[in-house]
Amino acid sequence: MSWHNTPIALMAKALAAKEVSSTELTQYFLDRIEAGKQWNAYLDVNAHLSLEQANKADQLISSGKAGQLTGIPVAHKDVFVTRGWKSTAASKILAGYQSPFDATVVANLGIPDENNPHGAGMVCLGKTNMDEFAMGSSNENSAFGPVLNPWNAAYVAGGSSGGSAAAVAAGLAPIATGTDTGGSIRQPAAFCGLTGIKPSYGRVSRYGMIAYASSLDQAGPMGKTAEDCALLLSAMSSHDPRDSTSLADSGEDYGRYLNQHWREGNTNPAKPLEGLRVGLPKEFFAEGLADDVAKSVNEAAKLLENLGATLVEVSLPKTKLSIPVYYVLAPAEASSNLSRFDGVRYGYRANGYRDLNDMYAKSRTEGFGSEVKRRIMIGTYVLCHGYYDAYYLQAQKIRRIIAADFQAAFNQCDVILGPVAPDVAWRLGEKSKDPVQMYLEDIYTLSTNLAGLPAMSVPCGFNTNNLPIGMQLIGNYFSEARLLQVAHQYQQASDWHLRPASEVA
Amino acid sequence: MKLDDVQRIAHLSRLELNQAEAEAVLPQLQAIFSLVEEMQAVDTSGLEPLAHPILFLRDLAQPMRVDQVTELDQRAENMQSAPAQHDGYFLVPKVIE
Repeated sequence: MSWHNTPIALMAKALAAKEVSSTELTQYFLDRIEAGKQWNAYLDVNAHLSLEQANKADQLISSGKAGQLTGIPVAHKDVFVTRGWKSTAASKILAGYQSPFDATVVANLGIPDENNPHGAGMVCLGKTNMDEFAMGSSNENSAFGPVLNPWNAAYVAGGSSGGSAAAVAAGLAPIATGTDTGGSIRQPAAFCGLTGIKPSYGRVSRYGMIAYASSLDQAGPMGKTAEDCALLLSAMSSHDPRDSTSLADSGEDYGRYLNQHWREGNTNPAKPLEGLRVGLPKEFFAEGLADDVAKSVNEAAKLLENLGATLVEVSLPKTKLSIPVYYVLAPAEASSNLSRFDGVRYGYRANGYRDLNDMYAKSRTEGFGSEVKRRIMIGTYVLCHGYYDAYYLQAQKIRRIIAADFQAAFNQCDVILGPVAPDVAWRLGEKSKDPVQMYLEDIYTLSTNLAGLPAMSVPCGFNTNNLPIGMQLIGNYFSEARLLQVAHQYQQASDWHLRPASEVA
Repeated sequence: MKLDDVQRIAHLSRLELNQAEAEAVLPQLQAIFSLVEEMQAVDTSGLEPLAHPILFLRDLAQPMRVDQVTELDQRAENMQSAPAQHDGYFLVPKVIE
């Protein structure tokens, strides 16, 4: 049985029917991880711990105490702290760090016990590689080496959740967690041919998620299908009193509309999306978009139209400005968040120093990578007296305009459709010399983080080099279940998401 | 932005840059800030800054928790990643002679 090509929705049925055990599934993926090291998708694997969890999951299943996801393996982005596995955010400054607690996401998905009675019972396969502190769009900023794209090892996997994307695409995990501050779930999902969703800000707890830019960071699932993402997101999302931005009304069945028609009462099987208005922002199809990406996204729009949807043109006039706004706000928040790394309580400490101040500076200088240092310095600068109003406050004011522009667009449509990124994955090293060039690649994903809206990446084609193309679906606040419904209906009528990447050697 | 600015913000960030590193990072920061300058053309008079995205949608009360002990004693686990410790304390270079 090729479990690595099996969606978790089917895996759950096989576990419930006792056709396979969690231990067998876990061993299967551990073997594939061992054989698939060339992708550099994982930073820490501990077979003993994984199999221990699988054993507990099997006991839950045999005693009739299993939930729907109990026994299914999952990989966690290394930004989530975990007991047992090292938690490093792919930074040298946290090399070897052992967390005394589990992130809420990890606990929500993990094996239930007396301290965690609502755990979904999933088995942790290990921690996936990422851009250091989630700062990057290619996974080349990891202190532990880049992740390779399973569709073609000469190309980047995308970032910052590149390890999670490559792990699922190469069949080294059936599903994975990711985080998205400016596109870090959607862009690697697009580059690796996966489905991923960044929920509305506040849906998923940030407790135990190593912070990059706290007003933008949000966690979500990366998997093979919209249905799988709905299953994982439903288990990840909860109200968490330990995260002050966690929404009180978080936690719902995000899969409840998957197999329904968009309009209640419509029973035409050929037109499940009748009544759905899909907005195409003209700024997302302007200069800079690769022809083959534009072609695939337009074909996806046509398919949605064939399924009954109506296409309308909308406008998001500040799309280009989302780049400077994001690259002021995110570094500002990062410079504050990363001030905790001082070589005193945990993490790397330099070997030689004169005094306490010198120890701080040397530990941080030796511990952080160049992109992280660049963003800390940008953030420090924009928060300086004299620049604060012109940069930081001005960016937050334009952020309000960007959020309002989305509401104007949603007066005309129910979901917004566009590309995830201007192009497919690029070659390793191609853009790493020029940070601004890399930042420009984030143009279509940043604005939803600034506004706090939910957005998805869904496979919709391939370019001539057989590299995956992703389309982006953006919904209004708290409309995750509707986005997943549209994506699921699209996936019932297309097979881009089912194409497997190259086999592990 | 000039070379002096780079050294000043590096110092404020508790980062060290030698002359060659500062010279290499200067044009990168200049390129980023020429992008950032595009924000100045936007008229934002009368607009409130948006610090938390959901505040755009609705008012949020600052959540308050009940004033009771919720943390377990995890001293040993919290100390296990300390770079240097002595008698259960974090050890740092001498600050006062």
